[in-house]
Amino acid sequence: MILRIEKREQGSALFRSLTTTASLLCALLFAGFLLFFAGVDPAAAYLEILKESLGSSYGLSETLVKATPLIITGLAVSIAFRMQIWNIGAEGQIYMGACGATGVALFSGLDSPLMLPAMFAAAFIAGGLWAAVAGLLRALWQVNEVIVTLLMNYIAILLTNYLIFGPWKNPDGYNFPLTAQFSDAARLTEYFNTRLHSGFFLALFCALAVYLLMERTIWGFQVKAIGSNPAAARYAGMKTGLAIFLVLALSGAIAGVAGFSEVAGLQHRLQHGISPGYGYTAIIIAWLARRSALGVVIVSLLMGILLVGGDSLQLSWQLPVAFAYAFQGLILFFLLASDFFINFRLRRVKETDDA
Amino acid sequence: MPNLLQLQHIRKTFPGVVALDEVSFTIAAGEIHTLLGENGAGKSTLMNVLTGFYAPDQGNILLDDQPVRFASPRESLSQGIGMVYQHFMLVPAHSVLENILVALQNVPLLFPRRQLREKIAQTIADFGLELDLDSPVWKLSIGAQQWIELIKLLMRDCRLLILDEPTAVLTPQEAAKLFKVLAKLKQQGKSIIFISHKMREVMEISDRVTILKKGRSVTTLESGEFDQNRLAALMIGNDRIPEWQKSLPFSDELVLEIENLAVRNDRGLADLDNFSLQLKKGEILGIAGIAGNGQKALAEALTGLARVDSGKVLAAGADITRSCARSSYIAGIAHIPEDRKAIGIAPDLSLDENLILKSFRSARFRNGFFQSRRAIRQNAQEKIEQFAIKAGPSGSPVRLLSGGNIQKVIIARELSERPQVLVALYPTRGLDIGSAEYVHKVIAEGAGDGMSTILISEDLDELYKISDRIAVIFRGQLVGYVDPATASREQIGLMMSGEVPA
Repeated sequence: MILRIEKREQGSALFRSLTTTASLLCALLFAGFLLFFAGVDPAAAYLEILKESLGSSYGLSETLVKATPLIITGLAVSIAFRMQIWNIGAEGQIYMGACGATGVALFSGLDSPLMLPAMFAAAFIAGGLWAAVAGLLRALWQVNEVIVTLLMNYIAILLTNYLIFGPWKNPDGYNFPLTAQFSDAARLTEYFNTRLHSGFFLALFCALAVYLLMERTIWGFQVKAIGSNPAAARYAGMKTGLAIFLVLALSGAIAGVAGFSEVAGLQHRLQHGISPGYGYTAIIIAWLARRSALGVVIVSLLMGILLVGGDSLQLSWQLPVAFAYAFQGLILFFLLASDFFINFRLRRVKETDDA
Repeated sequence: MPNLLQLQHIRKTFPGVVALDEVSFTIAAGEIHTLLGENGAGKSTLMNVLTGFYAPDQGNILLDDQPVRFASPRESLSQGIGMVYQHFMLVPAHSVLENILVALQNVPLLFPRRQLREKIAQTIADFGLELDLDSPVWKLSIGAQQWIELIKLLMRDCRLLILDEPTAVLTPQEAAKLFKVLAKLKQQGKSIIFISHKMREVMEISDRVTILKKGRSVTTLESGEFDQNRLAALMIGNDRIPEWQKSLPFSDELVLEIENLAVRNDRGLADLDNFSLQLKKGEILGIAGIAGNGQKALAEALTGLARVDSGKVLAAGADITRSCARSSYIAGIAHIPEDRKAIGIAPDLSLDENLILKSFRSARFRNGFFQSRRAIRQNAQEKIEQFAIKAGPSGSPVRLLSGGNIQKVIIARELSERPQVLVALYPTRGLDIGSAEYVHKVIAEGAGDGMSTILISEDLDELYKISDRIAVIFRGQLVGYVDPATASREQIGLMMSGEVPA
């Protein structure tokens, strides 16, 4: 008896969602072993995660707060994925967006109705320009966008550090590396006496806009056609170089909006570590969402639950923060493996007796 | 004659597809056995089973009446079964001698180079071939490269030689020479499996013919039991073949003129060199030539995909040389590309979307910036009906369709804007007979409506059947025009190897 790998026919939607669910369960099971060996009862821990992230209005609001930047950056990465472009630089684009928004908030002196739109625009443009560098290099000289976007993360983060340690440091801040607090005009509205802010609704609006752009417009059609087969797209008269440039710029611009939402909605100042790796988590999210905007929202909410729940595990059982990352990694690992089972199957083959 | 090889009840499945089922036939020692079948009938799969690329799901392979199982091509080769593939396995920068030496087995570490060289030269001389052992392979013609592949197998004492459509890349003269070599090999007691779908050749050299249809071996016929009609009938079976009539005589009005066109490829070599051509309204102009003589560059230059270095392309008198793909299309040139999966379709998009790949900007398919889904769906429904496309469930990716249906999608898209000129590059390659005839029908009907077609093909039979005129291309230059009604195959063959008719 031997096993053989065979390509599977196009699976049904039900089969796909079952496989995805099964792989999530596998990830839970494996993470359960980790918890067990850390001396924690896995069932109690999972219950705790759910209770803390969804069981109270505070927990729920925190989950939505965490999901907000993930949704926006997840959308940013996913539109580039549609064209088989890998934007690994969402992290840096968040920082650049935050810098842009902060610059306007601190130095423009605008009044209330204009302040937030101006900050939004600055973040959009700053993130867009940052990614546009990679787009330009890719479109003109086929420079690999993965390398460029990745390396520009470090530049963006260090540039932010330069600003908050240097010229933008709050003069009344006891020498801490922070900018001054934003004025009220530069803050997004908060709701229900929690940290939940308008950024979450902005994220949902972005999801709708990205959905319409990709699925319903002729521009989205071009992006999908180029992603599916660049040669055919060129042959059909599409300008692939221009489209690559625009997609990367738009992807960066959206990620920049996440930076705006974080500084205007949550931190109210620019400081070190405004994004604890949202830009990288966004890559996982875009992958798991299988390119759909609604999928990005759902997966981001799940990730939000995981982050908030993970925080509470740290408090209740003194588990290290690494556990939340290990859990994320396990989920991605099993979902990638499930891709294999969606496309292939193992079949038992009987050895014939004549050999 | 004793049986060298027997295939019994071979079955091979791929997910959702039975590629081979109940395939049985035998090869006698010293016979030329032809495998005949349409594309997709299972010829290549069967040969891959025989050479150890695939393991059969069921069935037996007997060599010298002993059951064998080949786990890899290396094993089948060590048993004396060798194959000449359509794509040669040669190192272009190395010499002929080196390429042959690489293929030898059981060579001692300090190999006796001179001795081997003499042995190889002897084999080449025995078959009356002309090969310079020290010439690098890239300098040789395709025909000569094929000799190298053959000699590699002979040096390894192969008893069974498999040739997969060997004449596709040869001029009629080169093919005739190949057949002489095959006849000589037969005399020496070697067995040959010859794969082809060109009836003429099959009639000429086969001792026996086995016909494959839809993965099954239909029958094996002895020489004398078959003629072209019988073979064609068995190959096609009950499939319906679309009927069409050749169009009316064309007018003298010129729709397209190419003047002294030069196109260089990536390596800076001239694909087209001082090439001129005239296309008249409503005619089907066949372009004959051995593959790789500039046909692809011609099609790409006409459709704006390749950059033109010098020369002019005039459409109805207007210079369109420098226009990009989009404006050429507006100028009325449609294009059926050579490699339909590589550049003809966006495989992950749906049938509906692929049908508007070129015209998605047209006002018909959009409301401002948004796409009009209803118009796109309606367009697809019309095309599916008009071109008899066997579409899968709505919205599923177009790559799941069969090759013939994908070709129909491309044709439907290209012809939907009523083009003045159609450039078709090997439009029937890889299609079954029914689909191929359908393509011919569409081209002929288009000609009746005044569309002019440049039909680039390597199949002379196809060109004879449908063309109004045939232009012959060689090394990027036009050799001349011939009238298919009067020109002989030999005459075209000579022109294909560059001889200008007197």
